[in-house]
Amino acid sequence: MKGLELGSSLFGKLLKRTRTAIPTGAMFNVGITIILAVVLMAVFAPLISPYDPTRATPDILKPPSSSHLMGTNQIGQDILSRVIYGSRIILMVVLSATIISMAVGIPLGIYSGFIGGRADRTLSMVMDSIYAFPSLILAIAIASVLGPSPLNTAISLAVVYIPTYYRMTRGQTLSLREQLFVEAARSMGAGKLYIMRKHILPNLLPTVLVVFTLSAADAIITEAGLSYLGLSVTPPTPDWGYDLRAGQGYFTTGYWWISFFPGLMITLLALGFALVGEAMGEKISIASK
Amino acid sequence: MGSLARYLVIRALAIIPTILILYTLVFIILRILPGDPILAVLGTKNIPPDQLENLRRMAGLDKPLYIQYFSYLFNFLRGDFGVTITFPSGVPISTYIAQRFPATLELAICGFIVSIVIGLGTGALAAVKKGTKIDGALKLYSILAYVTFIPLLGMVLQYIFGVYLKWLPIAQRIDPGLAPRSITGLYVLDSLLTANWAALRSSVLHLILPSITLGIVLSGAYTRLLRNNMVEVLSSDFIRSYYSRGIRERKINWYALKNAFLPVVTYMGLQFAILLGGMVLTESTFSWPGMGTFIVERLDYRDYTSIQAAIIFFAFIVGLISLIVDAVYALLDPRIRY
Repeated sequence: MKGLELGSSLFGKLLKRTRTAIPTGAMFNVGITIILAVVLMAVFAPLISPYDPTRATPDILKPPSSSHLMGTNQIGQDILSRVIYGSRIILMVVLSATIISMAVGIPLGIYSGFIGGRADRTLSMVMDSIYAFPSLILAIAIASVLGPSPLNTAISLAVVYIPTYYRMTRGQTLSLREQLFVEAARSMGAGKLYIMRKHILPNLLPTVLVVFTLSAADAIITEAGLSYLGLSVTPPTPDWGYDLRAGQGYFTTGYWWISFFPGLMITLLALGFALVGEAMGEKISIASK
Repeated sequence: MGSLARYLVIRALAIIPTILILYTLVFIILRILPGDPILAVLGTKNIPPDQLENLRRMAGLDKPLYIQYFSYLFNFLRGDFGVTITFPSGVPISTYIAQRFPATLELAICGFIVSIVIGLGTGALAAVKKGTKIDGALKLYSILAYVTFIPLLGMVLQYIFGVYLKWLPIAQRIDPGLAPRSITGLYVLDSLLTANWAALRSSVLHLILPSITLGIVLSGAYTRLLRNNMVEVLSSDFIRSYYSRGIRERKINWYALKNAFLPVVTYMGLQFAILLGGMVLTESTFSWPGMGTFIVERLDYRDYTSIQAAIIFFAFIVGLISLIVDAVYALLDPRIRY
C-alpha cells in the first residue's frame, strides 16, 4: 500500500508541478501541433511515405505534382518520402542529445548551486566559457574528431548544451536554497542529498521544461547545420540538413523543391519547439509574479 | 591610473582564464578524445610506419601531451599556427587565416550592423505599440527569425534577388579580377583607401545578401530584448514626469530607447558568438571565402591541424569580443568601474 501511495502521490505531484507550466493559447497550440505532427510522421514513416526514400528512379528533377507531392531530386528519389523519413534522424539525435545534456547538466547545476565553494566557482567558469563559444563551431570540432555519424552528432550536441542546463539549474538552485521550506527541511535534520532530491529537483521541473523546449529548438538548428556541413549522415540516409545541401546547387537553376522542403521542415520543427517554449516561459513568469 | 583604465585592465586580465579554458577544452576534444587524428586523416590503417611518423611530426603529435599543450599555445601566441598536413601539405596555416579572417570579419561586421538596425527598429516599434497587433506580429517575427535555418533563407534570397531579379550577386566576395590592393583585407575598406570605385561597388553588392541573411536571423533576439527593456523603461517614473512636463512623445520614446539600449550591449557579446556560428552556414551558402568555408574545406581534406588552428583561433576571438563588449559597456555606463 505504502508503495502505491508513494507512486501515485509522486505522479500526482509531477502532474501538478508540470501543469503550472502548461499554458493555453494559440502559440502553445500551434507549437504542440507541429511537434506532434512531426513525431507522428517519424513513428509512422513506413506507413505514410508514398515511396522508398532511398530508391533512385529515372524520374529525376520532377517538380511537385500529384504523383510526387514535393517533387523528386537529381537522382529521382521522392522528396516527400525523404522528408518523412528525415524526421526520424533529427528527432532521435536531438532528443538523445538533450537527454544526455540534462543528465549531466542538471545534477552538476544543483550540486554547484547548493553546495557552492571552490568546485562551484571552477565549474561555473568552465561552463560559462563553453557557453560563450559558438555552439555550431564547438559541435563541428567534436564531430570532426569523432567522425560523421548520427550518434557522434548527438554526442557533440550533448556537450554543447550541457552549459545551458547547468546555468539554469544552478541559478534556480541558488534562489530555492534560500526558501523557507528548504530551511525547514534542514532544521528538521534533512541531509543535503535528501534536500537536493526532494525539495530542489521537483521545483526545477517547470523551468527545465521551458529550457528543454527552447534548447531543443536551438539544437534542431545546430543538428541541421552539422548535417548540412556533411558531419552527420552519409548518403543515401534521408536527412533534412543533408538533403538541403545536396539540392543547393539545383536551387538557383530553378529546381527549388529539392532543398526547399527539407529546409522548411527544419525551420518548422524548430518553430514548434520555440513556440511551446515561449508560451511556457510566459506562463511561468506570470505564475511567479 | 583612472578608474576606467583600471577597469579595462582588470577585465583584460579576467579574459585570460576564459581563453585558456577554451583552449584547453579544444585541446582535450581534439587530442584526448578517442580516435587517432592521423589515421582519421588517412582513412586507412595500412600505411608505412615512417610516413605515419612523418605526419605525426608535422602535426606536432610526436611529443608528450603536456609539451604539445604548452608549445602549441606558445606558438599560437606568436602567430605560428602550424602547417597543413593534407593537400596541399606543409603550407603555414597562418597564411590561410590571414587571407580568410578579413573576409569573415567584414561579413560579420555587416551582418551585425544589419541585425542591430532591424532588431532595434522592430524592438522599439513593438514597445511603443505594446499590446497591439503590431506588437504581436513582431513577437512572431522575433521567434521566426530565431529559428530560421540560415541556408534556407539564404537560398530563397539568392533565388529572388540573384536569379529571378538579377539585382545582386549570390556568391563570392567580389567579381573576379576586381579585388583591391590588400591593406586591411577588408575589401570595402581597402577599395575606399585605394579609391578603387569599381571594387567598392562590387564588394558592397556582394555583401548585401549574406549580410541580410545573417542579420535577419540574428535580429530576432534583439527585437525581444529591446522591446521588453523599453516597455519597462516606458513605465518608469522619469518617463511619466516627462509626459507631465509636456515633452513630445517622440522625444520621450527616444529617451526610453537610449535607456533600454544599455542591457542590449551586454547581450551583444553573446550574440556575436552566435553570429560566428551562423557565419559558418552563411559562408557555406554564399561560397564566401572566410574562416567558416575554410573549416568546411579542410574538413573535406580531413586536415586536422587546420581545423584545430581555426577553432582555437575562434576561441581567441570570442575572448577578445567579450573584452570589447566590456569596454563599450564601461564607456556607456559611468557607474561601471572598479
